[in-house]
Amino acid sequence: MKNHWLIAVTLAAFCPQAHAAGEDEMRELREQVRQLKENYEKRIEALEKRLLQAEQAAGKAEVAASNAQASANQAASVGARPSGESAFNPGISLILNGTYGNLKRDPAAYRITGFAPTRGEVAPPNRGLSLGESELVISANIDPNFRGTLIAAIAPDDSIAVEEGFIQTLGLPGGFSVKAGRFLSSVGYLNETHAHAWDFVDASLANKVFLGNHLSEDGVQVKWVAPTELYFDLGFEAGRGRKFPGGPDGGRSKNGFGSGTLFAHLGGDIGASTAWRLGLSHLRTSAQDRTYADLDSAGVGVTNSFTGRSRLWVVDGVLKWAPQGNATQTNFKLQGEYFRRTEDGSLTYDTTAASLGTQAGSYASRQSGYYAQAVYQFMPRWRAGYRYDRLSAGTTSIGLVNAGTLAAADFPILGGYNPTRNTFMVDWSPSEFSRVRLQFARDRSQFGAADSQVLVQYIMSLGAHGAHKF
Amino acid sequence: MNTVLKSILALLGAALIPLQAAAAVNVLACEPEWAALANEIGGDRVTVNSATTALQDPHRIEARPSLIARARSADLVLCTGSDLEVGWLPLLFTQSGNARIQPGTPGYLEASQFVVRIEIPKVVDRAMGDVHPGGNPHIHLDPRNIAKVADALAARLAQIDAPNADAYKSRLAAFLTRWQAAIERWEKDAARLKGVPVVVYHKDNSYLIAWLGMREAGSLEPKPGLPATPAHLAELVERMKREPAKVILYSAYNSAKAAEFLASRTGMPAVMLPYTVGGSDKAKDLFGLFDDTLARLLATVK
Repeated sequence: MKNHWLIAVTLAAFCPQAHAAGEDEMRELREQVRQLKENYEKRIEALEKRLLQAEQAAGKAEVAASNAQASANQAASVGARPSGESAFNPGISLILNGTYGNLKRDPAAYRITGFAPTRGEVAPPNRGLSLGESELVISANIDPNFRGTLIAAIAPDDSIAVEEGFIQTLGLPGGFSVKAGRFLSSVGYLNETHAHAWDFVDASLANKVFLGNHLSEDGVQVKWVAPTELYFDLGFEAGRGRKFPGGPDGGRSKNGFGSGTLFAHLGGDIGASTAWRLGLSHLRTSAQDRTYADLDSAGVGVTNSFTGRSRLWVVDGVLKWAPQGNATQTNFKLQGEYFRRTEDGSLTYDTTAASLGTQAGSYASRQSGYYAQAVYQFMPRWRAGYRYDRLSAGTTSIGLVNAGTLAAADFPILGGYNPTRNTFMVDWSPSEFSRVRLQFARDRSQFGAADSQVLVQYIMSLGAHGAHKF
Repeated sequence: MNTVLKSILALLGAALIPLQAAAAVNVLACEPEWAALANEIGGDRVTVNSATTALQDPHRIEARPSLIARARSADLVLCTGSDLEVGWLPLLFTQSGNARIQPGTPGYLEASQFVVRIEIPKVVDRAMGDVHPGGNPHIHLDPRNIAKVADALAARLAQIDAPNADAYKSRLAAFLTRWQAAIERWEKDAARLKGVPVVVYHKDNSYLIAWLGMREAGSLEPKPGLPATPAHLAELVERMKREPAKVILYSAYNSAKAAEFLASRTGMPAVMLPYTVGGSDKAKDLFGLFDDTLARLLATVK
């Protein structure tokens, strides 16, 4: 439009020169200018009319925005985006959660019999009111090639832990992506999910005994996604081995890596309503001086230590259903994982010589466990779920016991037992950013000490809208 | 056992055969309306998939494995933007390992960047519900916006698939000619909808209401994105008794319950609108979407 006006004005400017020309030419020019003017007045009138309509129609829309209707290109800049250095602030979100617990047994004395303690946060939440971990998530694209994420967990005891802090590539060819830093290991399904996105207050018993509740590694992950219609990925992680099942805490002082994980996933849809994913993962690590506390037959607290190989296999599956894939009203989620672990090496009894003196012998174990859970949203905002946990202590061979040096009663926590747990929950989510949950569990994790746990939890997130993994 | 294993492997092998690496541009549209537009502009030079259907709420789907797999092979991801897909699209970028579709590359096109968005909140606070800082993202129900996005899409396809640039240009021209004629027809037919007060379910009909000059008299959601509550519905019933609206609108992906409840209490008709392509039998393409939407609206306003 501007251009046309320019022509009109230029034409007008040339009029005096035209004076020298013949009358006819002059008249013709005038006529042309008049026509142009008329033409444009009409078009402007039409435009103004459209503008007016647009303004009326746009209702609350800014008048400035309506003016910009004429130019879509201009329109793109209409959004009120901040400028200056604050424009590049990363996405920040905060997750707050807290619990009320009513437990028959003191969580401080919580043990899972038959399995070496992991030193992870495996105990149920405190009795009474307590704050959970507050998670601060900061993430943004670093440049066209990398994205960075930091998740800091501020614990109720005023300590701060780096739950995740990693960079990942965005621009690698061929379906590859690389993550480096500290991240939740892709072993199994639940482990990759943040605690605030879990369907129950706590992790499965299997996640507790095999992965120390939640395994995050310092390392590198390489993943490849196949260019196929069926989802298929394949990846590996090379890690420090900083946590159980690796050890010692913080990892060994050695070059190379302390733990390795291989994983593969298949996934797809069944019609419009159902989506599924299956995974297989393998974690291997060599622990050195992985210590745990136990009470020996004399009732003295001792520290024992394992050095050797640990091999874990996990099969996981998840299936989600919603009518026509629309989860707003009702939806259903079925999830399960099976874990199998073998460990062999040496077990040192009483490393601090607090009781019968330090002694070492061989150690080998083959253990397994699984959980299966179902969660159903029966109406908007409301979900109910059930989870069944079962572990099998399997076979554990302790050299010191076999040789008769010590008794099995000196290693009570490694005794043969199959822990089980039944968990029920109902939760209410007033919006996608808030959730309040009531959970009841009958927990037979510890031999001879069944526990009843009633937990009330709130989980809320504020700030940037998070995107959750499937 | 062996034969079972063999057949499983054969099945897997078949499923894992790479998606056709043909010359066609592989487009992953986040919503059915953009899939339909990509088909209009691209014709047989594009293969188009839609991440959502008309029966799904585009805010509320998950980054399912099948979507990551489609994003992995896409040459162009065409989405609404303005945070409509904020709950799942970022995962397609980070999980697909596809460098071609990252934001900022030619392989990602955000439709809402090419139109004037309405209802841009002055204050952004979740106490007001699921607000979109960039304005209302449901831009496609104003057909004039479709024309603008068509322009941008044709240019982008021409950039990605340069050898066929002329084809996209001529398909765009042909589409726009038909589209402009259709808009004129729709605007003429819908003249009597001007000023008609309507109750909506979610603010996903705002652009339609603005285009046709109707008036939003209430919403079944107490706040954007929050499901209807009994208290809010009761308040709405009272309000409708004082200042009745003509019709209650809800979209194909919404539950009809709340709308039917209000209809039963007020005598106002509840009308389902297809919302996007595939939302009704007649909404087979973009033309059908508006034909059917207007037909349903006009049927209630005699």
